[in-house]
Order: sequence, then C-alpha cells, then structure tokens
Amino acid sequence: MQNALVISGLKKVYKGGFQALKGIDLTVKEGDFFALLGPNGAGKSTTIGVITSLVNKTAGKVSVFGHDIDHELEDAKSYLGLVPQEFNFNQFEPLLKILVNQAGYYGVERSIAHQRAEKYLKQLDLWDKRNDAGRMLSGGMKRRLMIARALMHEPKILILDEPTAGVDIELRRSMWEFLRELNNQGVTIILTTHYLEEAEMLCRNIAIIDSGVIVENTDMKSLLAKLDVETIVLDLKPCSSEPVIEGFCYRVIDDHTVEVDVKKSQRINDVFIQLTDQNIDVLSMRNKSNRLEELFVSLVGSGADLTNDQNEDEG
Amino acid sequence: MSSARNMIALKSILHKEVHRFMRIWVQTLVPPAITISLYFVIFGELIGSRIGQMGGFDYMSFIVPGLIMMSVITNSYSNVASSFFSAKWQRNVEEMLVAPVPNWVIVAGYVGGGMSRGILVGCIVTLISLLFTDIQIHNVWVIIVTVALTSATFALGGLINAIFAGSFDDISIIPTFILTPLTYLGGVFYSITLLPDFWQGVSHANPIVYMVNAFRYGFLGISDVSLTVAFSVLGAFIVTLYVIAMTLITKGIGLRS
Repeated sequence: MQNALVISGLKKVYKGGFQALKGIDLTVKEGDFFALLGPNGAGKSTTIGVITSLVNKTAGKVSVFGHDIDHELEDAKSYLGLVPQEFNFNQFEPLLKILVNQAGYYGVERSIAHQRAEKYLKQLDLWDKRNDAGRMLSGGMKRRLMIARALMHEPKILILDEPTAGVDIELRRSMWEFLRELNNQGVTIILTTHYLEEAEMLCRNIAIIDSGVIVENTDMKSLLAKLDVETIVLDLKPCSSEPVIEGFCYRVIDDHTVEVDVKKSQRINDVFIQLTDQNIDVLSMRNKSNRLEELFVSLVGSGADLTNDQNEDEG
Repeated sequence: MSSARNMIALKSILHKEVHRFMRIWVQTLVPPAITISLYFVIFGELIGSRIGQMGGFDYMSFIVPGLIMMSVITNSYSNVASSFFSAKWQRNVEEMLVAPVPNWVIVAGYVGGGMSRGILVGCIVTLISLLFTDIQIHNVWVIIVTVALTSATFALGGLINAIFAGSFDDISIIPTFILTPLTYLGGVFYSITLLPDFWQGVSHANPIVYMVNAFRYGFLGISDVSLTVAFSVLGAFIVTLYVIAMTLITKGIGLRS
C-alpha cells in the first residue's frame, strides 16, 4: 500500500515563541482510517493546518502521495479534502454556490460540479436547503455542508478536524456511517476527535499527540491490548451486608453500587462467584468509562480531561 | 492540465465576486448612482452653470470624465477591500488557500472582480450623465485603457488594504483619509493649471491626477499631463502593487499562522 501522508520532523513555533509541534513523525497508508487524538492544545489542528498549508511550518517535511508540500504544493493540495473544526464557509452564499465554487478552485468544470453538489447534498440530507444561505443552517447541517464541500473534488485523502463536535448522537452515528462508506470506497480518512468512542469505532490506526509530541502511534487493536485494567461498575440488589471481593481492588460507592478493577490476568467470573457466595445479587454491569479513554488519560497524563470536553460540547 | 485547472479556478473566483456585488446591488450599485447624480445636479447644473467654461468646455462636460473616474476608483477599491476582508473575517478565504489555486490566480480573480464592479458602476454613471449633458468621445481606446488600468490599480490597492486589515474599520480608513482627499484634489472638478505653481507641482505627486486627465483626454481631447507620463505612472503603480500583493499572499501575511 502506498503512503498517503508522510510527516517527518515537523516543528511549528508560533510568533511569541509557543512551540506547538516539537518534531513529529507520522505515516498514514493509503486507504487507512486514521485517528489523531490529543487533548485541547496538543497540536492536532496545527498538524492539520501545516498539511493543508493553512499554517506555515517552522521545520520538517510533509508529503502527500509523494508530493512534497515545499516543492509540489499544488499537486499535494489536489489530493486533500479538509473539513475544518470551525465553520469557514461564506454565511451569505447559498449552499449550492458554496459547493460549485469550491469545486471550481480544484479545476472541476461547473456542469460536473453541479452534478456532484446534487449527489453530496442528497447523500448528506441537505438537498432541500440547497438555495438557503449558509447562515440559515443548524450546527449539524453546517458540519455536513463542510463535509460535502470537502468532497467536491473527490479527494484521495479526507481530513476531518473534530467533525462531530457538538453534533447530536443520532446525527453523529449517521456521519460515522457516511465516513465508513467513503473509506470503503478507498478514500483515506484522517480524523481528529476528542470523542474517543468515535476513534475506537471508526479508526484502524491511531496516533496520540500531547504537547506537540507523538506519544503513541500504533494500530487500534494493539493500543487497546495495552490496557491492563478495566473498571467494571456493578449494580447490586440492595442488601444489609457490604460486599467483600478478595483479590480485587474495589470501591463500594453506595449500598447498591460497587466499582471493581479487573486486571487482564483476572477473571470477572471470580467476582460473581464471591458475590453469589455472599448472597448478593448483581442486577447489571457496565464499563466505568470508554476503554480507550482510560488508556488515553494514562498516556497523556492528568491534563487530558476528556469527559469535561465532551460535556462542554454537548451542553 | 494545470493551466486548464487554473483557468477554471480563475473563472470561479470571478463568478463568485461578480455574483457577490450583483446580489447586494442595493449596497453596491445604487449608492454610487445616487451620489453621482447629486454631483451632476449640484456641481454641474446649479453651480456649474455659473462657473462657465473650464479647459474650453462647459463645466458639466469638463467634470463628467472625472466623476466617472471617481466612481471607478472608489468602487474598484472598496469591492476588493470589503470582499477579501469579509472572506478573511468569515475564514472562507481558506477555501482558496487549501485548494491548488496559485496565488496569482487569487490576485487576478479578486482584481478582476473589483474591475468588473468599477467598470459597471462607471457605465451606470456614464448613462446617468447622459441625462444632464451630451458626451463626446475623442479617443475610445484611451478611455478603455485608462479605465482598465485605473480600476486594476485600485483593485490591487483594495486587496492590499484587506490583507493588512484586522477589522472592518481598517478597510474604511484608507478610502476616507487617503483615497477621497486624493480624488477630490486629483483634478476631478478643476484643471490643475488653475492652481499656483507650487500646488501644481504638489498635484503632480497625486497619481489620481494622471488617471483623471488621461481619461478626460479620451473624452474631450484635453489633459493637464502628458498621456505617456500618465500611462507610465499607471503601469508603475500596477507592477508595484501586484508585486506587493503577491509577496503578502505568498508569505501568508494576515492569512496563514
């Protein structure tokens, strides 16, 4: 498989001296569904900005399908489609014009651009809004519009910077389905997100960036395999005696809830056996948090409060 | 392949720009028509009839080319300044920056849009002037070349203003404090030969004097400056402003982090 994107020794120092990227190396294969994860301010958007030439790099190399952005920038750009984090379309233009003009910037003839605009607006459920100005759309519609816009020149790499931030769960899942289908058609997808469930559901490979440094770069299965402990929350039938679970680290939250840390080497069955021996009924069980989230926090430290991020976006 | 792609990109930017000012025609085309009509009524009909002749022509005929040129200048400039700054402010300029559009195509597209509005408003003002006076044409080619070069010059100026601008106030400062005074002192309403020698010399440092006089020559066959000098000044301004605009966009000043 050809390399779709190769980044080596990428550094970025902003005016004022803030070093956003401290020499990152990254390779994304053609056809991959790749996640770039990191807490706020880790350098995800800066990395994407450099790849798409919206941010001037300080040092390092970036090549897109073998085209170095220093020497063959226009060729490199022609492979890329970008869905940025912020809404950046003309709020006063009708959707159809936004899409057709965008296709024109990539050299797509207007007649073909109109056909593609119809195709993507229909696929993303925006066709009825085609003559409305961008500002009239809801937040979720605006996100879908930016995806349609990024696809107008049929890029080989689609880069999405937090594409589902602030989008309701139903719409988020339909967007996942759409992205999966695109990936199945051969489009390489690079996704930044702080919804770790999103990365786990969609992506095959993952890089975690923190403070401008790649702290992990591997495939999703290997990454999850590194997770040594999972915390299980058990809902118990209220009883007079407090549960005792030997050989496990556990916390009694209240008279009907207990959290149990289960190591890879341990069996959940042993927890149930001990509780059954004490005549304690387990009504239900669930993972305390997303598995990837636990791993993520352990990799990037206490600065990565993802739960708070999610709550803010959904609020 | 890439030249065909560039041509489509250029047409797209031009289409977008022309569509923009046509969509908001009440803001872009009507005000200059009303303003210039007032100039014709006040300076041409009411005051002009008492002034008599200027440069061998009645005052109304004398000021028509200058007023047309004034409209071309202000509209070419403000179209690009407001459109490009708005694209920066809404960040939709990124649509072009991430696409394989060479910088010269971006500059040409916006300048072409500014020229289109400047020339269209110039045509509207010319039609309005026909309600007040007859227009004679001495040399149509001088008119066409002068209006094209002048609108390109000020469209480039508007682009540079928008690149540097950090707020909407910044795109009104130059037109208010520099462009308007230079236009009023640029021989629109008078022949600079009426001025004392010192102020005539000062007027020669005003580039708008050359544009207005070259344009007036195209209509009336009279000019306070030589055509060769006028076109040389215009050419020098276009080359200088184009180099500045290209350098700024290439470096990403105000556009890239």
